[in-house]
Amino acid sequence: MTADKKPIIIAKDVNKWFGDFHALRGVSMEVKQGEVIVIFGPSGSGKSTFIRTINRLEEHQSGDIIVDGIELSHDVRNIEKVREETGMVFQQFNLFPHLTVLQNITLAPIWVRKWDKARAEEKAMELLKRVGIPEQASKFPGQLSGGQQQRVAIARALAMEPKIMLFDEPTSALDPEMIKEVLDAMIELAKTGMTMLVVTHEMGFARAVADRMFFFDKGEIVESGTPENIFKQPKEDRTKLFLSQILHH
Amino acid sequence: MSEMTLKPPLAERRSLLGWLRKNLFNSWGNAILTVAAGWLTFVTLRGLLQWVFTEADWAVIVTNLRLILLGQYPIAEVWRIWVSMALLAFLIGNSLSIWGKGKTSTRFTVLLVAVLLALAFAVGESSRLWLLGMAALLAAGWWLGRGAGKAMRNVVGIGWVVWPPIFILLLRGFSAQGGVLPLVGTNLWGGLMLTFMLTIVGIVFSFPIGVLLALGRQSNLTIVRWFCVTFIEVVRGVPLITILFMAQLMLPLFLPAGLTIDRVLRAMVGITLFSAAYLAENVRGGLQAIPKGQYEAAYALGLSNPLSMGLIILPQALRLIIPILVGQFIALFKDTALVAIVGLFDLVGIARTVLAQPAFLGTHREVYAFISLLYWVFSYAMSYVSIRLEDSLGVGKR
Repeated sequence: MTADKKPIIIAKDVNKWFGDFHALRGVSMEVKQGEVIVIFGPSGSGKSTFIRTINRLEEHQSGDIIVDGIELSHDVRNIEKVREETGMVFQQFNLFPHLTVLQNITLAPIWVRKWDKARAEEKAMELLKRVGIPEQASKFPGQLSGGQQQRVAIARALAMEPKIMLFDEPTSALDPEMIKEVLDAMIELAKTGMTMLVVTHEMGFARAVADRMFFFDKGEIVESGTPENIFKQPKEDRTKLFLSQILHH
Repeated sequence: MSEMTLKPPLAERRSLLGWLRKNLFNSWGNAILTVAAGWLTFVTLRGLLQWVFTEADWAVIVTNLRLILLGQYPIAEVWRIWVSMALLAFLIGNSLSIWGKGKTSTRFTVLLVAVLLALAFAVGESSRLWLLGMAALLAAGWWLGRGAGKAMRNVVGIGWVVWPPIFILLLRGFSAQGGVLPLVGTNLWGGLMLTFMLTIVGIVFSFPIGVLLALGRQSNLTIVRWFCVTFIEVVRGVPLITILFMAQLMLPLFLPAGLTIDRVLRAMVGITLFSAAYLAENVRGGLQAIPKGQYEAAYALGLSNPLSMGLIILPQALRLIIPILVGQFIALFKDTALVAIVGLFDLVGIARTVLAQPAFLGTHREVYAFISLLYWVFSYAMSYVSIRLEDSLGVGKR
């Protein structure tokens, strides 16, 4: 259903080193608008590093990354433009502890998008309702549970009305009983047609909404395909081994 | 609630004897220590009180009070200071009711009014009306500020910004002798007033400079970084007194002939730069305490570098270092005493001229005790305000 659409993210032969460590080895990926991509793999495989190159929290050293028609280079204005169109949700939430939930969400729309306060707050309340915690608007992040904080973080990213959402292990720092509330919010978002790149080990989520999955190991894409392909007939031994480790424990 | 239901047994709570036994005489060793310490305290206090109330000759303070507070500022022009103080009292009262919180603000206002009234009855005829006026204006400001809207807040905000220049303009005057506001040279400024001015100018200007230096030290631009590092390390490497001497004695050598910079201004610049270097390092400490994730979250939202700093990183970093900053500002307040050595008449400088008066030779103890008391009162006030500030800003801190 997304085959006819233009790619919104193009990564071509992306390489990245941390000192001597070759973190990304020629990663190429095209993501079409509205696609939900799940990226998984063992720790240290470069999956987080890869999605962090897409909004340039990490700089890639060779290859091309083009997001929504803008090529990521050293041009600061291009970087800021890409970041305005790209929301990100972090493993550690990274909410701003000195601001209330409402201020966390309205900050970027007011200062970057130049919306007036009333419009930003209206949007924020609408998003808080969507993620199910409108009553927490005037609290500080420190007063919320982990699952609530992560839902605020999702609302904060969505407030900029981004075209792409990046999720960097959004449920890994959560207690088990809070994972579901965050995944529910993400599933709901996926159904609205948002382009999403999700680094996660939540295979239930992948089965439910992913269009394609990418298995990373040692800095490269080992295998990719639809959830059905990946789960039922994985081609590579490394994929099989990893899936057996995370699915049957 | 638990206090209501779970009070300690009656004996522990009420009886003085029980308390004494538990806290002071619970063993032979402690009993001996208690008696010895009690005796030492008694002897010291008796000596001190005896000196304060019978031996000391406070005439030196009473006679020279104006000198100690205002320096050699001409008597005929003192009204200008009073007018500034009256405006300040109004602003303070107004701000207390606008920004203060309920009970605390009321209590604080009442306390200030009480102090002013007490002073009004303690001092001579000439100042009494002014002090009463200040108390009235403070109360009026507080009254007017209750339930004030946004417009009022803005007016008060503007008031705080324009008050310092108005104060300096009034204090200094501009016309020649006999004009509307005749010029009063800074050589006549002195006493507690000068100490305050040096402190306030030092704090107000060293704060932004220190923050900029701290940010510059982290900058990616090599030249900026090296300039900041060099400045900080050079200034921190020399004592304040040498900077003050340099400003007073060496600067004129480098300036073109005919160009002179006011002596008080030179001292202010010296103090400001000195304080800024230390402040920069304190701010850097605060910046380092902010997790990397905060920068990343700000950047990921599309905030530019300056916006991330100004909205996310600095507010958190500065809040963390409030106790350190206040400690530094208290130190700065007391360090201004060094300007006495380079010939300005701040509190210490004026104390020395008072001691040189033939009528009051040998009254060192009275004079230094009194100015120490003044330093302590204001240092403690700063410390107290900082604790309140921390309390009110601590909300929602992780």
